[in-house]
Amino acid sequence: MPPALAVHDIAKRYGRIDALKGVDLTVEPGELVGLLGPNGAGKSTLVKIACGLIRASRGRAEICGSPAGSPAARAALGYLAELFRFPGWYSAEEVLRLHQRLAGSHGGQSERRELLDLVGLAEAHRVRVDAMSKGMQQRLGIAQALVGTPQVLLLDEPTSALDPAGRRTVRALLEELRRRNIGVLLNSHLLSEVELVCDRVVILSHGAVVAAGSPAELSRPRGVEIETDRGFKHFADAGRDEVPALVEQLVAEGHRIYGVHVLATSLEEEYLQAVGGDEA
Amino acid sequence: MRAVPIIALYALEEALRRRIFHVVLVLTALYLALYWLGADTAFEEVQQFGGELPVEEKELTGGTLFGLSMFGTLFLGAVLAAFLTLGAVRGDAERGLLQPLVVRPLGRSALLVGRLLGAAAVCVPYVFAVFTACALITRAAGDWWPDQFLRPGAELAAGVLVIAVLGLLGSVFLSATANGIAIFMVFGAGLVAGLLGQIGEALNSDTLQTVAERTSWALPFEALYQDALYRITSESRGFTGLAIQLGPFGGAQAAGSNLQLWVATYFVAALGLTLAAFSRKDL
Repeated sequence: MPPALAVHDIAKRYGRIDALKGVDLTVEPGELVGLLGPNGAGKSTLVKIACGLIRASRGRAEICGSPAGSPAARAALGYLAELFRFPGWYSAEEVLRLHQRLAGSHGGQSERRELLDLVGLAEAHRVRVDAMSKGMQQRLGIAQALVGTPQVLLLDEPTSALDPAGRRTVRALLEELRRRNIGVLLNSHLLSEVELVCDRVVILSHGAVVAAGSPAELSRPRGVEIETDRGFKHFADAGRDEVPALVEQLVAEGHRIYGVHVLATSLEEEYLQAVGGDEA
Repeated sequence: MRAVPIIALYALEEALRRRIFHVVLVLTALYLALYWLGADTAFEEVQQFGGELPVEEKELTGGTLFGLSMFGTLFLGAVLAAFLTLGAVRGDAERGLLQPLVVRPLGRSALLVGRLLGAAAVCVPYVFAVFTACALITRAAGDWWPDQFLRPGAELAAGVLVIAVLGLLGSVFLSATANGIAIFMVFGAGLVAGLLGQIGEALNSDTLQTVAERTSWALPFEALYQDALYRITSESRGFTGLAIQLGPFGGAQAAGSNLQLWVATYFVAALGLTLAAFSRKDL
């Protein structure tokens, strides 16, 4: 089975500016990959190349084995742009109906209702886009991207306009997509969110991949912290394996143990180190 | 091309549900009411000459008034065509309306052809409706009817379609506002070509007439308009015919049979250029 998304040596040049300098990236079916990077790192350009909205200067991108931009690739793809808008005079249901027809989906009303329900807009199916809040429009955008049961989903900042409850809905939705074996590339500035849901993270800076791996792989150990009746004890060189011996030693010394924390760098710290402190 | 009718319907719906269309309808109603008032008054006043003028008064009045109304019809049609196409590519892309559609498996050509068909589905009936309404008003006010009816109406509609395809072409390269300005400048250039032709004819200047003729063929909506003007009074003869030919905003000029072929070629070339440019455009 081909990867949901495969990007090989993609480069994009705008005049004298290299937006992407030979990026490699894959998203397997059912895998959730977070794409991180500061503004201007080339994240949206990469996503747009995968969608066929932008032509690469070099390299190739494939969606489920088909060249990006080809009808087969587009048929397998769902996309939520960072900046998008739907016609204000359409209702939520009309937006989805239009995209069903364009995607060749035969899901009919049941698909529309299911998708609106999935993003928490079931009650708003007749509300016109003009009358929707930014958060509602973003939810509708996600529902639109899911029309036609795509095999790969490219989400460019899908939660930027959502409140905490909306973000939780999207996290649950992403988990559901993983369960349905849909590959997802999530471009987001919200590191905590990416850390929570993504299987792997790719960090871009100045058009190149500067770090990649699972959130656990990217984080580095920072020792063990043990809370005792006499305060916190920090063991900088210790790791998870050393915890039983440390606890045993402290108890033997007459300490009462209240908590043990294995410390590691956060994704945010790793991210900032990888991009060299560029503004996120 | 499966998506062409879907996009055409989408564009048609967009046109009909946008506020701008309602504004055009109100303006059209006002325009027709004013035209009726003007035509009624003009015919009444001309009757007072009681045959003192060396021309067919009814024919001159009807032809002149209806020729003027044809300019108004072309102008309103051009406004509509411009508003329906000026933001079709770059404008919609800047607003984020285009990307969700383009990533669907429909093909960029289908998207543009659908948009053009949607604009045509609004503009062509609109031009015919206003053209017919003006003809009926002229008949009601002064019992005058054009020598040819369908062909001039079709030529005006074709002229508006040429403006629509030029608007679509401009929309690939220019932002909506810049494209709107460009379309009306192009429309104005056609108008100036017509005026130059009239001046050239009056002064018997070959240079001016050549410039006017070439410009009107470079912007064929003007050549179509001039041919349509000619056709509404094509059977008028003598001094009346000459007087009518000095029509408003561009003299009546028979274009000959090559015009249809030229307009078709021009339209296809402009559309082809639009499709080629859009297919390579980064969004």
